[in-house]
Amino acid sequence: MIKAPQQIHIHKLQNGMTVLGEVMPWLESAAFSFSVPAGCQYDPSERLGLASFVCEMVQRGAGSLDSREFIERLESLGVDYGSSTSVFHTHFNGAMPAERIYEALAVYRDVIRNPWLPGDQIEDARQVGIQEIRSLDDDLSQRVLLQLRLRQYGQPSGRWSHGTFEGVNAVDSNDIGTFFERHYQPDGLILTIAGNIDWPILVKSVETMFGDWTGKATNPIVETAPIRGSLHIPFESQQVHIGIACPTRTYNDPDYFLARAATGVLSDGMSSRLFSELREKRGLCYSVFASLHSVLTQACVVAYVGTGTDRAQQSLDALVEQLVKLREGVSESELGRFKIQIRSSLVMQQESSRSRAGSIAGDWMHLGRVRTLNELTDVINGLTVECVNKFLDENPYEKFNLVTLGPEPLEMNHAASQTST
Amino acid sequence: MQLRKHRLDNGLEILAEINPSAHAVACGFFVRTGARDETPDMGGVSHFLEHMVFKGTRNRSAEQVNRELDEMGSHSNARTGEESTIYHAAVLPDFQTPVVELLADILRPALRIDDFETEKQVIIEEIRMYDDQPPYGGYERIMAEFFGDHPLGQSVLGTVQTVSDLTPEKMHRYFDQRYSPANIAFSVAGNVDFERLVDDLDRCCGDWKPFKASRDNRQASPRSGFVSLHRPESTQQYILQLADGPAANDPDRYAARILATIFGDDSGSRFYWEFLDSGLAESAAVGNQEYDNAGLVMTFLCCAPEQAQENINRIASLQAALLTAPATERELELAKSKITSHIILSSERTESRMFSVGSQWLRGHEFKTPREISDIYQAVTLQEIQDVAAKYPLTRNMTVSVGPLDTLQSAK
Repeated sequence: MIKAPQQIHIHKLQNGMTVLGEVMPWLESAAFSFSVPAGCQYDPSERLGLASFVCEMVQRGAGSLDSREFIERLESLGVDYGSSTSVFHTHFNGAMPAERIYEALAVYRDVIRNPWLPGDQIEDARQVGIQEIRSLDDDLSQRVLLQLRLRQYGQPSGRWSHGTFEGVNAVDSNDIGTFFERHYQPDGLILTIAGNIDWPILVKSVETMFGDWTGKATNPIVETAPIRGSLHIPFESQQVHIGIACPTRTYNDPDYFLARAATGVLSDGMSSRLFSELREKRGLCYSVFASLHSVLTQACVVAYVGTGTDRAQQSLDALVEQLVKLREGVSESELGRFKIQIRSSLVMQQESSRSRAGSIAGDWMHLGRVRTLNELTDVINGLTVECVNKFLDENPYEKFNLVTLGPEPLEMNHAASQTST
Repeated sequence: MQLRKHRLDNGLEILAEINPSAHAVACGFFVRTGARDETPDMGGVSHFLEHMVFKGTRNRSAEQVNRELDEMGSHSNARTGEESTIYHAAVLPDFQTPVVELLADILRPALRIDDFETEKQVIIEEIRMYDDQPPYGGYERIMAEFFGDHPLGQSVLGTVQTVSDLTPEKMHRYFDQRYSPANIAFSVAGNVDFERLVDDLDRCCGDWKPFKASRDNRQASPRSGFVSLHRPESTQQYILQLADGPAANDPDRYAARILATIFGDDSGSRFYWEFLDSGLAESAAVGNQEYDNAGLVMTFLCCAPEQAQENINRIASLQAALLTAPATERELELAKSKITSHIILSSERTESRMFSVGSQWLRGHEFKTPREISDIYQAVTLQEIQDVAAKYPLTRNMTVSVGPLDTLQSAK
């Protein structure tokens, strides 16, 4: 039950900024997401964490508001706000009662265009960054998954935005200013707005706020090759945290949904293979999953299981077995369940301005266009067992990267899963 | 939107918030039972039972249950707390009847021995998983220290020992004492056909035998003190504090929640400016939790160990300042705006409406719409907030510190 016709709009400003909108008149809320092309891929290797540092600094005073007034303003508008840095972008997002959207955008215009970057706040911002790195240390499964991604993609696509102690400690006001000047530019910036909005009025308002802004980003990036093979992080934990990854199709690849269906059969829902075989039948673990992760030019299947030391090797073997076995194909009923789950999720997305804003932005970044929910439903409905199985036969999961954290290292035993070197 | 109610002859309550323009139907069984209703030797049985509910019935194997839930494209799950166990699913409206039938069937689980022993291993892994995650058992420990021998001090997960000692017979006994239809409500929200819902539930649950399921809801006597849990392999230090707070039926709870927002919300609060803006802590927040005839205010802070003692002192200073520098009109206004906006945003999701309807029943509240709840918050005055601050002093608390340092002390 998709509300038709879906009202998706695109407006490009002269300066290279793109505005995407979805009008959802049945909601009371609106949500926005600015994706500024200032991701951590631009961190110099001796300043890892810089993009995230700048993201923190631009919110410490902007336009006519100091840092306290900035937060008070957002709260008085009822904006539930957040920010984050990914490999390619720094994101500023918020959701609020729809009538407040214009005032909220005006606040972020200043964050993105006119931040104070106050020198007397640099040390506080540095402490925030250092706390984040320290806390990551205590998140054992996350440590495994981040290391896995780094080894799978190499630099900079496999990077995490927190950076390193050395990098964050080395950042000075000059680095912040230079990064801001270079990367907070309209060219490539995406603003997405979904919810109960009036599109023509919104476009006019965005033109007023951003139309006179000019500039192009300059983007030197140093790439390094992925690292293949196993990594073990010794740690006296209760569980062994096990992550494996192997390459698959990116979101913009014509075969993406074949790969996505395969991951779905593995891990979406309680009747999925991993949940059913490792947890339900054998009781090996509480947490087990696989997901498809895609950056612009690379993608991987990431699988995780956390389990007690006594059964860790057995769990790794079982996990690899399920991934390798996928080559033998999926069944009609498995694919059927995947399809209905995706269709159901697509319909339910329409309840949330925030999740629609996120989806639209993701489509634009990866595809340069926005798929409607009906188009996506057609793609999903068009998947057949024959196509998925042909894809799996020609593209079996193999050449796994393995990262483990726990008291003892584990072995990759399965013959078909030899890691490449 | 319209709220409709019906009670089956055996006492099972049906509560529906009907919104014909919603995209989905979200529904769930809300059982008024949890860790506080367990005897100490059965620690973790409510949560273990919640897992076993998905392991099959007289009519279905575990595999069938999982497969059918996925065949409906449902978003389903379950959760167990100190005083409730909730089984829920959201589906497209076409699946209303099948999902109701399935949830009703699994609420009478078979508890087969093979499934029981396999699932026991899963639960033990879940306990180990939380042992590896911050704050490393700190929550269970502080609840036990704060509540002492009051049943709210019992852990939801139980321990590896208590879970290992459970048997299907003991679980059956617990089920027969707690899962009376009179102790259960079915909450539903969204695009619901109410007449059909009542017929389906009557057909599926009408033969559930009612019995009395009472609860030990004696008043708690919260304890204060300071406990260190030494955890050398942790990087950060975790500070947890519990203080007394309003119970689920106490009208003070609205003012108390506004006070917690002003004092310790994760953004824009006094805690935020003291700890997060400055980078003195990685996270720091204060929140209320209300129970049947008991309530608490929890403070949580995570920081580098070398900053922990000073941060403990800072928390105490901020708590004391609540009385000497009470909340201002501006703080009150911002907190109300934040809470109202949060109510609007969350009420757009059918699933959150179902949780709201069911949770209000669990707490014995008369049903209120999001607008009515928002209006109550809007009417709270500075004086009421000041009264709550004085009535429930945060300075009288139980503190648990977890991390590499075991030399920390209460604030001087």
